[in-house]
Amino acid sequence: MSVTDNSSYSPQATAAFNDDVAAPMIQLQGVGKVYPGSDIPAVADLDLSIPEGEILVLVGPSGCGKSTTLRLINRMIEPTSGRIIFNGEDVTTVNADQLRRQIGYVIQQIGLFPHQTIAQNISTVPKLLGWDKAKTAARVDELLEITGLDPNQYRDRYPKELSGGQAQRVGVARALGGDPDVLLMDEPFGAIDPITRDRLQNEFLRLQGELKKTIVFVTHDIDEAIKMGDRIAILGEQSVIRQFDTPERILAYPVDDFVSDFIGSGSTLKGLNFERVHDLKLSDDWPVVNVDTDRGDVQRLYDASPEKWMLVLDREQRPIRWVNDRHLADMTTPLAEAGAKVTALVDPNATLHDALEEMLLSNAGQAVVVDGKGRCLGILDIERLAEVLKRLRSQARKHYEDLAVHEAQLNAANGPDGSGESNS
Amino acid sequence: MSSQLEDVPTEVAVVDTVHSAEPPDEPTSPKSGGLPPGLRLVKSHAGLFVTPAIIIFGSLALYLYVQGADKIFQDERSLNWDANLRPQLEQHLSITFWATLFTIIVAVPLGVFLTRPKYRRVGSPILAVATSGQAIPAFGLLVLAFAWLDRGPWTTIWALALFTLLPVLRNTMVGLEQVDQNVIEAGRGMGLTKRQALRQIELPLAIPVILAGVRTALVITVGMAALAFLIGGGGLGATISAGLKLSRDLVLITGAVMTALVALSVDWIAALIEKTLRPKGL
Repeated sequence: MSVTDNSSYSPQATAAFNDDVAAPMIQLQGVGKVYPGSDIPAVADLDLSIPEGEILVLVGPSGCGKSTTLRLINRMIEPTSGRIIFNGEDVTTVNADQLRRQIGYVIQQIGLFPHQTIAQNISTVPKLLGWDKAKTAARVDELLEITGLDPNQYRDRYPKELSGGQAQRVGVARALGGDPDVLLMDEPFGAIDPITRDRLQNEFLRLQGELKKTIVFVTHDIDEAIKMGDRIAILGEQSVIRQFDTPERILAYPVDDFVSDFIGSGSTLKGLNFERVHDLKLSDDWPVVNVDTDRGDVQRLYDASPEKWMLVLDREQRPIRWVNDRHLADMTTPLAEAGAKVTALVDPNATLHDALEEMLLSNAGQAVVVDGKGRCLGILDIERLAEVLKRLRSQARKHYEDLAVHEAQLNAANGPDGSGESNS
Repeated sequence: MSSQLEDVPTEVAVVDTVHSAEPPDEPTSPKSGGLPPGLRLVKSHAGLFVTPAIIIFGSLALYLYVQGADKIFQDERSLNWDANLRPQLEQHLSITFWATLFTIIVAVPLGVFLTRPKYRRVGSPILAVATSGQAIPAFGLLVLAFAWLDRGPWTTIWALALFTLLPVLRNTMVGLEQVDQNVIEAGRGMGLTKRQALRQIELPLAIPVILAGVRTALVITVGMAALAFLIGGGGLGATISAGLKLSRDLVLITGAVMTALVALSVDWIAALIEKTLRPKGL
């Protein structure tokens, strides 16, 4: 069965193998959910480690049980088997209400209390935790501030006076009310128009950069998963983890057909979003001359190069023209005006995806990398990009091969059980 | 008198529309989505002011009519305020008050209980039985209660409380069930206990619908209390009956108009309460 094939990519193994994975904030150990009257489990024997301070995205097709999995974590759905470890403590049987006050919860439908003001909504958890009035009020204002709503304007409004985007901001603020370490988000931006969604996603990522919460984020949208996730768990039927890794590696190396089907076409292009121009070695094949160079030297340099185009820089080293042999033959036009204007300029911080777009738009088929002052740092061409993609793929494959070896050693040491843990 | 009797089925019909439609607004502030918010406000306020105007005008007209009319000896006795009308009015109001209070005390907790997930399954059969019970005519119920219990106002109160249990129970159940599950889910997800979720979310959000049921119960009760005299319960029905028996239009009209004025006043007060208790932001 394919499930057993994938067991070598289990999150425990990945977590143990990767040094960069933070200590798990939440661990699900063999957690399962079987609804009464059903033989088939909704979630079957799930092992999942959620690293501290990261966004873990659970993504999968509709009905795969990803929402159920999320709701098992704060025990909105009680698991029928397995253990949930929260911050090193077994919380499988503790008071669920007490547990939930330490875990923020955001749902797609938001569920603001319509009969309470925004301030009252946000102070729900602080009130449950018994904070005093002054502390609660200060917290409300702080949360409205960081979620981009003016406290003076919104504090005393009612939810029906908010737009969908504003309502979800309040939803996030309310979830952060008691300053929980963990935030569970069930398709939080799913019901919001694409433009607002994009803005909320960006703002949320910025916010997370400051707050460093441990976040479990459920979505069915792979693009959202790639954008939001520090790590992605791709789930199949019954919440079986098909692949658990960083978005980069999942895009570079989908472990099976299920994952690659789910990621869909264009995964290579999406992968380019994670590489930046300054990370790669720029091409030095291209002839580059200064605008003041003697035309004879220019011609010699051009003839010596295999490339068909030559880049002309001005006195400040800024790229100005692309010239080819036809332009060079025309001795009457000065170099500064010959050939085609340089259009595709990219910043070293640009993603390769952006760089590729610039390259496709430029007439020479390559992009010039320039620093902040516009000075030429080098040239980026399609061959470079292809090399990068090849490197990414081979690195990811090597990672998984090493992982398999590591797993085999682990199995040899611990016996067939692998992780050494059993569901008591 | 007859207008009071006809009121009853109409009110029951109103309850039925309440269940099929979204949370009802009080009739004095029609929801009519087409209207701009400003106009709606004017209309709802107008409703609250028109009713007391009618009540005051009606009372005044009745007073002047009775004062100006030629009275025979029986009229004088039937229309004596301290000896006859005031006690009857008080009986009428106390029957209405106690019957409605008992209805609320029984029906609201029962409605809450029957909408809890554990007991939801027994909810619909109980509601079905209660609905078919509603088919018993109020008069029949009064007579049945009389046969079982004794004469007197308390028999009327029990019978009426039983009769109006249904609208309050139904509205409580519907009111609680129409609360957006996502709101409850969000609340529970933040760590509200079941009890806190009920008290802080479900009940406040169900209040408008529950109150609409209570108001319906009040109006039914105030109308049917006019029949209480039949089993010795007193109330303004006695004056109406006296007018009929004596063929004295003056007495008959006084009794009927007073019953109508009491019904209008009770409904108006219920509307005020509904307006005050309705949570802001809805």
